[in-house]
Amino acid sequence: MSALLEVREVSKYYGGVIANEKVSLTVAEGRIVGLIGPNGSGKTTLFNSIVGTHPIDGGSIRFDGREISHLRVPDIARLGLIRTFQQTRIFRQMSCRDNMIVSVPQGDASLRAMIARPAAEDRAHADELLAFVGLASKRDLPAGSLSFGQQKLLEFAMALMNEPRLLLLDEPTAGINPTLINGLIERLKRARDQLGITLLVIEHNMRVVMNLAEHIYCLAHGELLADGRPEDVQNDPRVVAAYLGGH
Amino acid sequence: MNWATARKLLPFALLALGVAAPFALPTFLVQLTFLWIMIVFALCWDILGGQMGYNSFGNIAFFGIGVYTATIVQIGLYQDVASYTAAAGMQTISLTPDQYFTGLFVGLAAAPLLAVAVAALLGFALLGLRGHYFAIATLGLGIAAGELAAAWTFLGGASGVQVPVYPGSLESGRLLFYFLSAGLGVATFLTLRWLYTTRFGLAMNAIRDDEDKAEALGLRTTRYKVIAWCIGAVFLGLAGGLVGHIIGFIDPREVAFAGASFGVWMILMAILGGKGTLWGPVIGAVIFHAMRELFWTYLFGWQNVAMGVLIVIVVVFFPVGILGWLRRRYPQLFVRDVPAASRGAAE
Repeated sequence: MSALLEVREVSKYYGGVIANEKVSLTVAEGRIVGLIGPNGSGKTTLFNSIVGTHPIDGGSIRFDGREISHLRVPDIARLGLIRTFQQTRIFRQMSCRDNMIVSVPQGDASLRAMIARPAAEDRAHADELLAFVGLASKRDLPAGSLSFGQQKLLEFAMALMNEPRLLLLDEPTAGINPTLINGLIERLKRARDQLGITLLVIEHNMRVVMNLAEHIYCLAHGELLADGRPEDVQNDPRVVAAYLGGH
Repeated sequence: MNWATARKLLPFALLALGVAAPFALPTFLVQLTFLWIMIVFALCWDILGGQMGYNSFGNIAFFGIGVYTATIVQIGLYQDVASYTAAAGMQTISLTPDQYFTGLFVGLAAAPLLAVAVAALLGFALLGLRGHYFAIATLGLGIAAGELAAAWTFLGGASGVQVPVYPGSLESGRLLFYFLSAGLGVATFLTLRWLYTTRFGLAMNAIRDDEDKAEALGLRTTRYKVIAWCIGAVFLGLAGGLVGHIIGFIDPREVAFAGASFGVWMILMAILGGKGTLWGPVIGAVIFHAMRELFWTYLFGWQNVAMGVLIVIVVVFFPVGILGWLRRRYPQLFVRDVPAASRGAAE
């Protein structure tokens, strides 16, 4: 398996504050990789660096062998690298289905494609994916009227609609009803198994990340603390200390 | 006749009304002509302001460019523009009907072209700004354009430009410009109705709701914003070309770049009717224009006070506009009867 995403020694500073210091991680094609760490350890900053939200202060980010650290957000997204947001972001006034249709891959950016009517297959695919996340009955409702958990599911479905190669999920289970979490884990795995989407997941819920990830990276104070198989990382004394405030 | 059928026939009834109006109410011909211009104003403002969530105070610039371009081109085809404008109205121009109409239509073709060119250039410069910053930048744009025109001697400076006189009778001239304005209003409406059902329309709504999210999904938002602004500029440029001829005289600040009147009205009309909807700006324009004419006729001296009160009432009691209010109050009127599969995107 080749490396789909290669983050090498990426640093990001906010003034004198070190958000990320020489963080390196690799996500192989077809894997589910977890990214954990206490609050403020720089996980979301790293996500933002990867998808091009802000320029990085050092290091390199390669996606499918290509340097992307100088590209802008939409250009990176069009390569097939899509992220979801920790504070769920959907198009509130639009119906769930329109949210889906506007999320189609933007590979063809010609004027002609821009002014085309949404294709029938896009609608069908949208309905299919809404059913996949259990929102079929909500498709004509404004997305803003959904509950927080449902909005998370919609955002996940929108990401799938974009047919990404790599999906970065920022706390996909935060705020979701515990009984729905198992279903979500199941769907994340199916997204990988059936749609071939590689996943990099920030997660605080240890049960989720242990169930889901095949490899885990742990950040603390902006630096990479440990990485390895879930059970090894979970039992690493440095990780335990970081979470319990031993630093 | 049930409501669904009535709703389908409504546009045709309105169109018939539009054709009959100048003959039924000849004394109000100029006001009726301006009604169509107002509809174009409100619809064009709503492209960015309503559908895309970008409040622009500078749309009047494209209108003003249209006003000047159409007339300067018409004059320039037959006469030296600089000497004509330098004479500040003392030098008359009399065109034969052939010359007049050729000049009129060449001018009306050039007006939107120049407006779009300027919109594209400004768009790439300004549409990287978001929210209030964009609004403030466009506010400066409208004012700067007016000052620029008032200082530009080639365009007659502050004394403006006398527009060539229509070569026929006053009545036939007014009728011609009524129907040109009506045609422009209908064309604007139909174009936007189509646009809002395309993927472009969805992308505009997405930018309004969450631009960062749209970018994260791979949409080149700046490109969408610039194109949307250019579409507005086409129709505003055409409207400007017509208004110059309807008024017959171009004043840089009172007619062409009339930010304090036309520029503000277009925003008020869209908000009054319901921004972000197709029919809202049309309804807003009709009501606003009718009220304005009534205030000017019956409350002269207090017309601006009455207008201010109207605006306050709208903002306080109808923050979502008349159409938005109706939609909340009587949702059953807005239920679609089209099959779900062929349903358009945004209304």
